[in-house]
Amino acid sequence: MSRLQVVSGKGGTGKTTVAAALALALATEGKRTLLVEVEGRQGIAQLFETEALPYEERKIAVASGGGEVHALAIDAERALLDYLQMFYKLGSAGRALKKIGAIDFATTIAPGVRDVLLTGKACEAVRRRDKQGRFVYDYVVMDAPPTGRITRFLNVNDEVAGLARIGPIHNQAQAVMRVLKSPETAVHLVTLLEEMPVQETADGIAELKAAGLRIGNVIVNMVRPHLLDEAAVRAAAGDRRKEVAKALASTGVAAPTKLVGPLLDQAAEHAQRVELEREQRAVLTKLGLPTYELPLIGEGMDLAGLYRLAGDLRQLGEAFA
Amino acid sequence: MTLDAAVAPLDVDPLLDDPETRIIVCCGSGGVGKTTTAAALGLRAAERGRKVVVLTIDPARRLAQSMGIDSLDNTPRQVKGVEGSGELHAMMLDMKRTFDEIVEAHADADRARAILENPFYQSLSAGFAGTQEYMAMEKLGQLRARDGWDLIVVDTPPSRSALDFLDAPKRLGSFLDGKFIRVLMAPAKVGGRAGMKFLNVGMSMMTGTLGKLLGGQFLRDVQTFVAAMDTMFGGFRTRADATYRLLQAPGTAFLVVAAPERDALREAAYFVERLAAEEMPLAGLVLNRVHGSGAARLSAERARAAAENLEEGRIVDQQGGKAVDRGADAPDSSSPAAFEAHEAPQAPASAGATASSEPSQPSESSESTDPPEPSDPSATRSTRAPASMPAPTSAASATTVEQLTAGLLRLHAERMQVVAREERTRDRFTALHPEVPVAEVGALPGDVHDLAGLRAIGDRLAAGRAAT
Repeated sequence: MSRLQVVSGKGGTGKTTVAAALALALATEGKRTLLVEVEGRQGIAQLFETEALPYEERKIAVASGGGEVHALAIDAERALLDYLQMFYKLGSAGRALKKIGAIDFATTIAPGVRDVLLTGKACEAVRRRDKQGRFVYDYVVMDAPPTGRITRFLNVNDEVAGLARIGPIHNQAQAVMRVLKSPETAVHLVTLLEEMPVQETADGIAELKAAGLRIGNVIVNMVRPHLLDEAAVRAAAGDRRKEVAKALASTGVAAPTKLVGPLLDQAAEHAQRVELEREQRAVLTKLGLPTYELPLIGEGMDLAGLYRLAGDLRQLGEAFA
Repeated sequence: MTLDAAVAPLDVDPLLDDPETRIIVCCGSGGVGKTTTAAALGLRAAERGRKVVVLTIDPARRLAQSMGIDSLDNTPRQVKGVEGSGELHAMMLDMKRTFDEIVEAHADADRARAILENPFYQSLSAGFAGTQEYMAMEKLGQLRARDGWDLIVVDTPPSRSALDFLDAPKRLGSFLDGKFIRVLMAPAKVGGRAGMKFLNVGMSMMTGTLGKLLGGQFLRDVQTFVAAMDTMFGGFRTRADATYRLLQAPGTAFLVVAAPERDALREAAYFVERLAAEEMPLAGLVLNRVHGSGAARLSAERARAAAENLEEGRIVDQQGGKAVDRGADAPDSSSPAAFEAHEAPQAPASAGATASSEPSQPSESSESTDPPEPSDPSATRSTRAPASMPAPTSAASATTVEQLTAGLLRLHAERMQVVAREERTRDRFTALHPEVPVAEVGALPGDVHDLAGLRAIGDRLAAGRAAT
């Protein structure tokens, strides 16, 4: 199983939630996972109901069997200063660089440097070992940029290695690329059973493949329960209206006849949605990738819901990733 | 869902009809239907008689097709099938093309070619941090300057943060205009003054360091680029400032778009605060995909109880077993009733992991081609094993009217739960920002495919509240 698990997905599909649930699921039996955030949104802190994450690795959750989830919000500017310090011992020069706008230039404008730093930090965590030579983290899970930008984000090192043809940035970029294109890395795409996210997933897969990046699974998130099929709805709307009203009355709800119409409308919408979902499942099946479904957490995502999704992912077990 | 009296409804039509409204900016986090909202507003304004151009940043293919245009590009194209006297034009930002045009417009032919061929320029213009945002604002400025439209509706880029498009132009502008550029240029522009000497030493040390870091060739590319762009810097900064002022002008209206979800509304709140700080005119919040119910007086709890009542004695064992199973699965959830609402769906089409066609991943495909065995624990616990959940109520002869009605009631309970969650999320926002008018757009069961679909969204936007 890949040690770097990259989770991407269209905006609004819940990729941060899935990444967090995956980090929890992988942290079983005393394993340690690192959940990294690269977009400065503090989505992990919100999800785990903790204060904003600083630029340091800290434990944010324990999983069953003594596993631990650590989290890190990677900050490109700090990562660059660390990097300069590490390789060039640039204590005060780093501050001077910052003053004239060089750091800002490097992390916000210079082509790709920002993404190189972010992916580089994640890869460093993947490779890091303790004094006994064991990996510090069993898995690193990345809450990555959305599907539309993921290929460019992961592939940026190739481009940077081409731009900066020699020097430490070039070497760094190539080292990162070796991790990202190896079986050590798997990219998962989160989607919903709706047309636009499914289309974007298909496009994203084509781009990732073209770039030679390894795709893990498609994760269908927020799948709603399928309670009534179309035939049932048709029957209810037609000749069984009166019977339904009678059955409703037998339960003692107030004004049952007035409920029949709205309830049937909802059922018709439900049937339509189920049909659309069936079509989108067929599209996903054609992608030829392992596909998993996670349920909608009806009452909204909170810690309890997160642990539930982690439980679901854990059940998927070995087949996953 | 209906709005409380305390929250002002956002009236979209007066905004669209007002000849003073020249620019509408739709902003919000990714996946909230921003582009669709922009297109629907543009169509509605056009059908109410205005000449409109919609500038989209990265539209889904289907959305472009819904406007009858197979591929949108950097030139506005008229949309056919618009009713009434107005006109709708649509375009998609091509940031590289836009950047190239700026270069071509502001430099002589030789210099323009030198810039366009520079590797650093090619990477910068192909869409690294900030370029898309900068170019979106640049294009907006161009469209406005041309004065060919009554109204420009602009979508904002799917940024890291919804706020990037406000910051990026400034950032790029201050880079192109700033100290750092002068440092890069320093070797070429050394002055002879004694006081500068120390500084120059510092600067060449700096460029030396940068050279070491980035590689000498890269630094030379940047320096060549900077030298070639030299005459244009002032222009970049000036235009970025002009666009920024345009956004603050009275003819501009910002609409923050969100879905009734926690993250999207948190970004929306953040955005509202930021717009206020920047003195940008906010017209209101568009809340997309809001659910309602025509039977809202029947609560989720009551509906669920009634459903259980009808099912009693029939599938009681199955229900009980399931609740226990789920309880064991999720020790952190407390209420057994909650489990039923998000009971696993049946998904026969994707039963299990679908076969992988990737020959390069033999181990994985062999794992995933096997449909889960009923005896496999993952099959009974995963979210898609038919055995672990009740089959959806069907109209087969075996289905009694009680089962059918119970199905309707459970569906209603699920709907009411969604409605309640969305209301809570929305209320959190309106409590923080009661001054922001809100328009709610009811969820459509399907996606938008044509002008009729966009029109329907426009109608819902104008109605301002979710009916069902």
